[in-house]
Amino acid sequence: MNSINKQKEIAVATVDEIAVDIPKEVIIEETSIAIFKTKDSTIFALENKCPHKGGPLSQGIVSGEHVFCPLHDWKISLHDGRAQGADEGCTASYGTRVENNTVYLLLK
Amino acid sequence: MNKERLVLIGNGMAGMYTIEEILKQEPDRFEITVFGKEPHPNYNRILLSSVLQGDSELKDIVLNDYDWYKEHNITLYTGDEVTRIDTNNKQVESAGGIVCAYDHLIVATGSNPFMPPIPGSDKEGVISFRDIKDTETMIEASKKYEKAAVIGGGLLGLEAARGLLNLNMETEVIHLQDQLMERQLDPNASKMLKRELENQGMRFHMEKQTEQIFGRKRAQGLHFKDGESLYADLVVIAVGIRPNIGLAENSGLKTNRAIIVNDFLETSAPDVYAVGECAEHNGIAYGLVAPLYEQGKILAERLVSKEPAGTGYQGSLTSTKLKVSGVDVFSAGEFGEADDLKSVLVHDDFDGVYKKVNIRDNKVVGAVLFGDTTDSPKLLNLINKKEDISEVGKGIILPSESNAPMESPVVDMANEETICGCNGVCKGEIVSAINEKGLTSVNEVKQHTNASRSCGGCKPLVSDLLNATLGDGAAVNEVEPLCGCTDLSHEQVIEEIKAKQLSHTREVMNVLGWKEPEGCSKCRPALNYYLSVSKPEEYEDDYASRFINERVHANIQNDGTYSVVPRMYGGVTNSDQLRKIADVAEKYEVPLLKLTGGQRIDLLGVNKEDLPAIWGDLDMPSGHAYGKSIRTVKTCVGEDFCRFGTQDSIGMGMTIERKYERLNTPHKVKMAVSACPRNCAESGIKDIGIVGLEGHWEMYVGGNGGVDLRGGELLGKMNSDDELLDAISAFLQYYRESAHYLERTSHWIERVGLDHVKAVVLEDEEERANLIERMEVSLEHKGEDPWKELTYNEKKKQELFEQRKVELV
Repeated sequence: MNSINKQKEIAVATVDEIAVDIPKEVIIEETSIAIFKTKDSTIFALENKCPHKGGPLSQGIVSGEHVFCPLHDWKISLHDGRAQGADEGCTASYGTRVENNTVYLLLK
Repeated sequence: MNKERLVLIGNGMAGMYTIEEILKQEPDRFEITVFGKEPHPNYNRILLSSVLQGDSELKDIVLNDYDWYKEHNITLYTGDEVTRIDTNNKQVESAGGIVCAYDHLIVATGSNPFMPPIPGSDKEGVISFRDIKDTETMIEASKKYEKAAVIGGGLLGLEAARGLLNLNMETEVIHLQDQLMERQLDPNASKMLKRELENQGMRFHMEKQTEQIFGRKRAQGLHFKDGESLYADLVVIAVGIRPNIGLAENSGLKTNRAIIVNDFLETSAPDVYAVGECAEHNGIAYGLVAPLYEQGKILAERLVSKEPAGTGYQGSLTSTKLKVSGVDVFSAGEFGEADDLKSVLVHDDFDGVYKKVNIRDNKVVGAVLFGDTTDSPKLLNLINKKEDISEVGKGIILPSESNAPMESPVVDMANEETICGCNGVCKGEIVSAINEKGLTSVNEVKQHTNASRSCGGCKPLVSDLLNATLGDGAAVNEVEPLCGCTDLSHEQVIEEIKAKQLSHTREVMNVLGWKEPEGCSKCRPALNYYLSVSKPEEYEDDYASRFINERVHANIQNDGTYSVVPRMYGGVTNSDQLRKIADVAEKYEVPLLKLTGGQRIDLLGVNKEDLPAIWGDLDMPSGHAYGKSIRTVKTCVGEDFCRFGTQDSIGMGMTIERKYERLNTPHKVKMAVSACPRNCAESGIKDIGIVGLEGHWEMYVGGNGGVDLRGGELLGKMNSDDELLDAISAFLQYYRESAHYLERTSHWIERVGLDHVKAVVLEDEEERANLIERMEVSLEHKGEDPWKELTYNEKKKQELFEQRKVELV
């Protein structure tokens, strides 16, 4: 993630074009990021990479504020990217901001 | 404050295990540097034989990958050998010129293969079997050469030989002694092993001493001392290992056969420790993994606690439990012959089972098992405990031989023994989770420890362990809940959906009081399925509740790419389809084309964004290779061409596949139609397997060729094509309505019983007619081909397949 400059924000999608519980994959430079929209239209963003074996989280089943990795069913928190239950690991999470229907990603 | 500097020489299993144990207790205390001679991260050396034998790939046997070192802030130098330890200035120097100071130093340099001084052993084509490089050399050689000779009939030699056989080389094994694996087996077991390996195609030359390896530049063969010779293009020397102590000797550490250590793995130099195969404790240098791990644990304890504490390392009882070329072998303690030993023997040449238990002064002191090693945990326990066995029967010594119901093997397993191999969960972890968290079901154990989460093969052991831990009659939850979000079982949920006329997944979770209001990856797909079966006419699929494969109608692969399997009814194709597939493969640079087990063509490694375009170009229906649905109907050639065929298996297979394709089911459903009992389409291991006979069809159900191998059972004989299709409809519909989601027909039939299924789908005329009718309704509403639908649905395509690239400004 060093490739992304510090303290930037960038428009990645409109709120409408992201379906509830169907994450959108966005690639910024070399990094793939999954953008999530939950039932109440809250937006989250995680690196699209499960801390277990790198599975694409954008392809997982989203339940509330968790996503289940499609490869081995790890449960990852949309808030901080942390693995839940007996699994240990953490994927990078990004801040998001919505303004005028546009989703901005806050880059570190 | 500066961290304490910990340096490890030797990036192998013993040393890295020690580091892992230290990190578990003190993740941040040490600044760790590791030197490894091999250009690889730490890998499981024991599994090299499985790489050689083609069961694993190198990447599968890596224990700690490079990322792991990074994550734990460990500096790793691979391909660089430490050449000097300066114990006065407390620093090490490497061949690559790195000088690294230490506060604590662990020497874990392992062993080198022992190369006896045979003239000619420096020729090309002569290797040992110790590391990844040797393994690669053997695999390379097998592509060019035909004949291999392995010198050494011990465990390592036999594993190398088995691997070379798998690589299609003619393999000869030369052994100095008159019996194979004489250090682990007694003469009887050794004889049985030899016979088994000969059956597998190995040839043996016993009591032969190699005098010379001949050949010009490359080895061409061996001359033996007795004057005989043998031709070979590849010679593998596997006669044993020697502790690798050159560095320790040159640096002034006290050595004998290996580096001498005390009970705390301390060497003669201050703050220098040795662990693993290069360490000698009380005169013994161990070569097996279990003792090395025991040492690693104690060394970690020593380094973490700063002062020697406890009793330290007291040596290990060496036992061997392994699979040699598919045969289970175990030995421990004194298993040989001696005048003061009495033996209990079971020797069954017919079944290839041999068991010997040695007893001295009423105590079990050693044992050998061959062919059946179920008693090994019990025996190891008896040897360790030195219990007097004069009062107890032989049934205690060899429980598998007594007629009494067997105690589960988990009871005697040591706490460190692994129960779940997929996720590396040992008995101790499961027992403490059961006790500390009050777990009462296999499902809960799975959630808290990961045991049985992957292939599920260890479920019986986990269940035994639950019973053993909770005591007799402890209430293991009778009703298995659908998932962790609810206490309701599958049946209860299905009933409630019907009774309350529920029609959406969220509604079910809401009305039935789900503990997790949004559900999880277990219940959401299950609810979506149950709802669709309950109301086929009106239910609208909730694709956000589907597993990704069913959402994007392709199979996700380990690297996030997908595979595409077009439908070929009955496994029949034609030049037009093949041409289209070939064109697509070239246009989209598909990395792998592979024939599937279900007689289809699989295009693997496709990028998700390309899927809709590929479907459009193929213009073939989806093969549903990804779905909990009717998968494939495999067929044999049948009466049109085959001289044994009694029925038109291809025609029937295509009819069945066209009729039931796209039908959703609790789990995948595989079918086959064979035209005679030779069963070339493998109807015996399918969910529904049809076998054609003169004048009628036999219908087998509940077969499974996967995790739990199960032969299908005969449901009945059908006298016409229509009768067969009716029986399939009734059977499938009953399965769809009454099985749990993700329950294969094999498990469903085990649960409800074949007689019950027969009674419902064949004997009860009224129910049978109703089932067939409900099936017809479901078939009418099963929807369009999903590939076709998605190819032209722009909104869904954008939602599911688009990968957006955003430029940084």
